[in-house]
This record gives sequence, structure tokens and C-alpha cells, in this order.
Amino acid sequence: MGTWTWFHKLASPPHFYRIAGKMIPWYAIPAVVLIVCGVYGGIVLAPADYQQGDAFRIVYVHAPAAWLSLLCYTVMATAAAVGLVWRIKLAHALAAATAPIGASFALLCLATGSIWGRPMWGTWWTWDARLTSQLILLFLYLGYQALRSAYDDITKADRASAVLAVVGVVNVPIIHFSVTWWNSLHQGATVIRAGGPAMPPSMLIPLILCFFGFTFLYAALACVRVQAEVLRRERNAHWLQDAMGARGAKE
Amino acid sequence: MQTFFAMGGYAAYVWSSYALAALIVAWNVGSAVQSHRQARERALRQVAMAAATASSRAP
Repeated sequence: MGTWTWFHKLASPPHFYRIAGKMIPWYAIPAVVLIVCGVYGGIVLAPADYQQGDAFRIVYVHAPAAWLSLLCYTVMATAAAVGLVWRIKLAHALAAATAPIGASFALLCLATGSIWGRPMWGTWWTWDARLTSQLILLFLYLGYQALRSAYDDITKADRASAVLAVVGVVNVPIIHFSVTWWNSLHQGATVIRAGGPAMPPSMLIPLILCFFGFTFLYAALACVRVQAEVLRRERNAHWLQDAMGARGAKE
Repeated sequence: MQTFFAMGGYAAYVWSSYALAALIVAWNVGSAVQSHRQARERALRQVAMAAATASSRAP
């Protein structure tokens, strides 16, 4: 099978619907295992930090949430761009499916960061580059969703919200590099940085497990949500019947 | 065990963060499943309607 045939087959909604359904356990099970192991390693096995004591353990939910909020935005903007350029419904479906997941993790990142900031910096919030750009990310997600819900026609909603998603993607590198470009209360990169991670393996390994666990969790959630989005966009009764095994509806 | 839950004096900060994380994960799972169920029910109604129109058109 040539690459294009494969691509067209994958981009066909019925086929994709079935694949997404089959993939859910393959993402969900590793997600549960990785997150359980990572959190256990992070709150039980890892030693306390010499500066931050046990407060540093917030990192095992804060950093993966931050990572997911950025990953989701990148996926959403890329899918939206593909949908705009090639007019692929499925790409818009993926973008729309990703937005609420990304928004929820951007919120989790801000909330846990605020809770961590209180004992470490002595404040819940400060208008610094990292915190402000992350807050803008949350607003971009909310704007994207508000814009979608303003249209009754799903095709119009897809196209208008896709433009917002694509424009907003400039914020992603700004968030990542904000701690380098500006003076920030927020600590610099700890894991992905020149000279290797600034953490001993006993702290780092649980964190990496959490990163992968959250990523698998996103994949599982996206599969479920993208199935819903595909159903919303599909007008062809035959394949709906096929995809859902809805034989009862025929009688 | 008690020292574990005390988190070196940061118990309120650490455990509230983990509770929020659990809440967000639970919301994500629930909301995804619910949105799929709603879309499915709507699609099933659509299929039923299409079938009804088709049978009423038949001679």
C-alpha cells in the first residue's frame, strides 16, 4: 500500500473512528501504569530536595501538566493548520478534540504552580514572563472554545477557530524560552537543558515516567474525544450505522 | 507514616496539588466519555430518522 493510499484511508472518518476506538486501551493502560509508578516514585521513593524540602514533590504533577498544555496547543495548532490548508475535516476534529484537554492541563499547571509559589516565593502569583505567558495560553484555549461555540455551523466554527489556534502558536516558544529571555522568579529548565538534567536519577526517573504517563493519557483522551467529534461531523447514515454497529436503528 | 503525610511541613501545598491533579484527570475522563456518549446518541437518532425517511419513500 502506497503512502498516499494509506494516508487517504487513515483520513477517512469511518476508518479513523474504528482505529481510534481500538487504540484507546493501548494508550490508557500505559498511562495508568506510568502515572501510578511515577507518582509513587515521586512522593515516596525520591529524596526531599535540599533547598525546597518536600515541597518540590509538586513538580511531579506541575511539570507534566505544563508539558501537556504545550503539547496540546502544538497538536491543536498543527491540526488546525492542516485543516485550513487541505480542508481535512478530520484534522479540525482533532484540533477541537484537543482543546478542552489542553485547557484543563493549562489550568492545572497554573493552579499547582501557584500553590508551589506560595511557600517557595512567598506569593501565589506574580506578573512575570513565564506565569503571564502561561496564563495567556489558558486564555487562548478558552478563546478558541468560545469562538467555536459562537457558530452553529460546525464547518464555520472549524475554520474561524483554526485561524485563532494558528496565530496563537507564537506563544508556545515564548512560554518555553521565557525563563531564559527574561529575569524570572520561575526556575530555569531542569530536565531538557544544555549539560543534561539538573536532577539526580532518583528524582528524575519518576518525573520522566510522569511525563510519558501524561502523554499517553492525552492520547487516550484524544481518541475518545476525536471519535465524538467525528460523529458530530458525519452526515452519512450508512457509515454511522456501520461504525456504531447500530443495526437496531434499521428496523 | 505520619512523617510521610506531613511532607516536611508542606502537607497542605503538596496534597492540595495532588488532589487538584486527580480532579482534573477525573474531569477529563468523565467529560470525554460523556461527550462521546452524547455524540453517539445524536448520531443514532440521525440514523433512525434517515431509515424512517427511506422506508416512507419506498413504494
